Amino acid sequence: MLWLLIFFLAPFFIVLKISLSDMATSIPPYTPQLDTKLGLLSSIPAYFKALDFENFIWLIEDNLYWKSYLSSLKVATISTLFVLLIGYPMAYALARAPTRWRGVLVLLIILPFWTSFLIRIYSWIGILKTEGFLNYFLMWIGIIDTPLEILNTNIAVYIGIVYSYLPFMILPLYAALEKMDDSLIEAALDLGSTRVTAFWQVTFPLSMPGVIAGCFLVFIPAMGEFVIPDILGGSETLMIGKTLWSEFFNNRDWPVAAAVAVVLLLLLVIPIVLFQRQQEKEHEVVA
Amino acid sequence: MNSHRFSWFNATSLTLGFVFLYLPILLLIIFSFNSSKLVTVWGGFSTKWYVSLFQNESFMNAAFVTLKVGLVSATIATVLGTLAALVMTRAGKFRGRTLFSGMIYSPLVMPEVITGLSLLLLFVALGWDRGFWTITLAHITFSMCFVAVVVSSRLITFDRSLEEAAKDLGCTPINAFLQVTLPIILPSVVAAWLLAFTLSIDDLVIASFTSGPGATTLPMKIYSQVRLGLNPEINALSTLMIIAVSVGVIVASILAKRAEAKQGLD
Amino acid sequence: MATEVLDNIAHESWNDQNVAPLIRFVNVTKKYGDFTAIDNLTLDIYEKEFYALLGPSGCGKTTLLRLLAGFEEPTSGSILIGGEDISHIPPNKRSVNMMFQSYALFPHMNVEKNIGFGLKQEGRSKEEIKQRVDEMLALVQLEEFATRKPHQLSGGQRQRVALARSLAKKPKLLLLDEPLGALDKKLRERTQFELMNLQESLGLTFMIVTHDQEEAMTVSSRIAIMDKGIVKQVDTPAVIYEAPNSRYVSDFIGDVNFIEGIVSSQDNKKVVLKTADGESLILHSETPLDIGAIIWLSIRPEKVKVSKTKPENVNNVLQGKVDDIAYSGNVSTYYVRLANGNTVKAQATNSRRLSAREITWEDDVWLYWTDTAGIALSE
Repeated sequence: MLWLLIFFLAPFFIVLKISLSDMATSIPPYTPQLDTKLGLLSSIPAYFKALDFENFIWLIEDNLYWKSYLSSLKVATISTLFVLLIGYPMAYALARAPTRWRGVLVLLIILPFWTSFLIRIYSWIGILKTEGFLNYFLMWIGIIDTPLEILNTNIAVYIGIVYSYLPFMILPLYAALEKMDDSLIEAALDLGSTRVTAFWQVTFPLSMPGVIAGCFLVFIPAMGEFVIPDILGGSETLMIGKTLWSEFFNNRDWPVAAAVAVVLLLLLVIPIVLFQRQQEKEHEVVA
Repeated sequence: MNSHRFSWFNATSLTLGFVFLYLPILLLIIFSFNSSKLVTVWGGFSTKWYVSLFQNESFMNAAFVTLKVGLVSATIATVLGTLAALVMTRAGKFRGRTLFSGMIYSPLVMPEVITGLSLLLLFVALGWDRGFWTITLAHITFSMCFVAVVVSSRLITFDRSLEEAAKDLGCTPINAFLQVTLPIILPSVVAAWLLAFTLSIDDLVIASFTSGPGATTLPMKIYSQVRLGLNPEINALSTLMIIAVSVGVIVASILAKRAEAKQGLD
Repeated sequence: MATEVLDNIAHESWNDQNVAPLIRFVNVTKKYGDFTAIDNLTLDIYEKEFYALLGPSGCGKTTLLRLLAGFEEPTSGSILIGGEDISHIPPNKRSVNMMFQSYALFPHMNVEKNIGFGLKQEGRSKEEIKQRVDEMLALVQLEEFATRKPHQLSGGQRQRVALARSLAKKPKLLLLDEPLGALDKKLRERTQFELMNLQESLGLTFMIVTHDQEEAMTVSSRIAIMDKGIVKQVDTPAVIYEAPNSRYVSDFIGDVNFIEGIVSSQDNKKVVLKTADGESLILHSETPLDIGAIIWLSIRPEKVKVSKTKPENVNNVLQGKVDDIAYSGNVSTYYVRLANGNTVKAQATNSRRLSAREITWEDDVWLYWTDTAGIALSE
């Protein structure tokens, strides 16, 4: 075991660096620079003196940031619900599928997950834009006369998030549903449940760990999503990931970007900690 | 076994789900062979976008950088991640265990913008020139965590008595790991490497934050093109990437299945 | 009866002052945090013994085995093999091998490679390994399975590969952790005899951990009964069964009845016990007892006879009503309720067909036994 500790130190340090730099974001490195030429010890107090919370005050005063956080929260919540609504029947069907098909079907779910995220988002532009496939199709079957404006709206963002994060929801759900014992449902039916009540009283409660894991896996990254709102969303789409990006790359205001990140992190700490607890609990059960 | 339960409802929801998942990709592939420059209007079959793609030097350079970053970072991340997984599953309780597992799990769920920004600030604070190596380091850091999770989920079900048996029969701990544990967990280590590799070649956000002049990865290149609107060359490039990844994943999963059947594990 | 058994084993090595034990546990304690798995244990195991550790799960028997194999280190005390302290020597440097409960066969190696694994670690030459592996394959009769992978073998075959692998290095001591636990009953019984023959013909020392008392009784030369990290008794199977030193041991091995009472008189090894109901019962004790002390008469059900007529010329007689009869084919166990509400079990061989059985439910019966059948337990 001792040799492991030595090897373990190397990755440990790299990870430690991230966690430190996560914290270091509250010390925006641009306004005060740590000047080590004067000697490390003497420079640290000066360094901390130069710090203040003006970036955070700025965040509170400017309602752009408030709106971004709130609308991210809204987008993430609504799209998580949609992912759950679409993902649950699929996972359920997967778990019920004949055993010999299951491997292939699961592979089909995973496959898009391995292909480039960016490309999958890109593929929606052609579908959603005004002269895109969806509008052609809807006009062809006669539901609409004039093309719908979908691209560059929040609807496009929802579609993009649901589409990209669907596998994240299906896989934990499938894992939870697949290991469920069929005889439990048979027992419920035997005791007088209908198929529908058996589902709500037995299957669904037992799949809760999968539901929770899936929701976390979709909600947390959706919260900080940047690529989808940037490519599919329009100027009205406010999401905090996008705000952070433009603050950083377009306005070159690194301290504010860092402050945005710290606040976002604080908002996410609770779900992340909950997620980790849940994961550890599940691992304990397996072990 | 329970095929009689595979009702219409289940079949429909699966079919619709798969249509939803695959239709966009299929359309993208079909229109990469479109001769018209208008991406959504079919103008006849052509492979000219593939030709022009291969003549586009900046795309080729970016692809080369991406592959290099992917290979280096996936390999190092696999080694470090496997060790981290060993520590997580084996070391029992030690000081800072919660902190350690927290650090392993957090990049998995952390929004990429935060990871990217914090790594960038770290590199700036260290005064490192940004470029190939900073992207690689950043990718090692976050894909290592995925490796650790994949490998540790295999290690949890690994029968410890196999390792004890090896030691009992005269192996040093290192030998026991190399001769017994590693060969058995190898499929999941390979899977973890593949995951790390695809994560790396797929990453836009972290690479954008941590790259510097001269080091442009393929996703960054694609992104800058996509912002300008649809582009048939991108369709062609995407098709190639999708085919490469699909073939890779399918071959890997067939190999994994065979290896499993051969060993009759668990 | 018990005295005869004791006399029989006088020549055994653990009673010979001149033979040094192969393994010594000296005041060994093993703690996991607050939990004490092994509590100040002192134990000697001699060469060529087939030593069984028996106890309920969590009694510390597996910890004891793992201490010997080197997977655990004692918190205090020392373990000696052949006079050498091995307490802190890693498992790969010990001349002790273990056969695992799960067999722990390497799934990615075939039978040959599995058996030769330990020899390869010693850096033996290829020919040497080949020769020894062939020997072992012949020993466990698996010659034609040499190139199979573990998952292509049956449970019994896997068990034999595991055995061959742990014997290949000719260990001074072979540890067997529930070696037959995964086999079905028939196969287990046959394998018990194979193990015994093997141990005898190879002249090795075996230490077996089991929770199956019949298995321990069948295979071992001596049994150590463990409870909560403490060894309650170490003796030959016959002594453990016939002369247990505590109620725990006698209850753990086989079926037993206890009758509580007070010592009213003792004449040499013959003790008279008075129960609370005023009955006088005669029993056997190897050691002198205090008059007036509370003791328990311990008697095996098969030593209690049951009859519908009152027996003559017997000292120990109790009357009761048949409450229940457990029929198990060769024998029947009668649960007889006494007047004071206690139940005493009596076992009778079914020498006649079931329909000819004369005792049935609710019958009034007499239970009786000889003067030496019951033994006195004060603990």
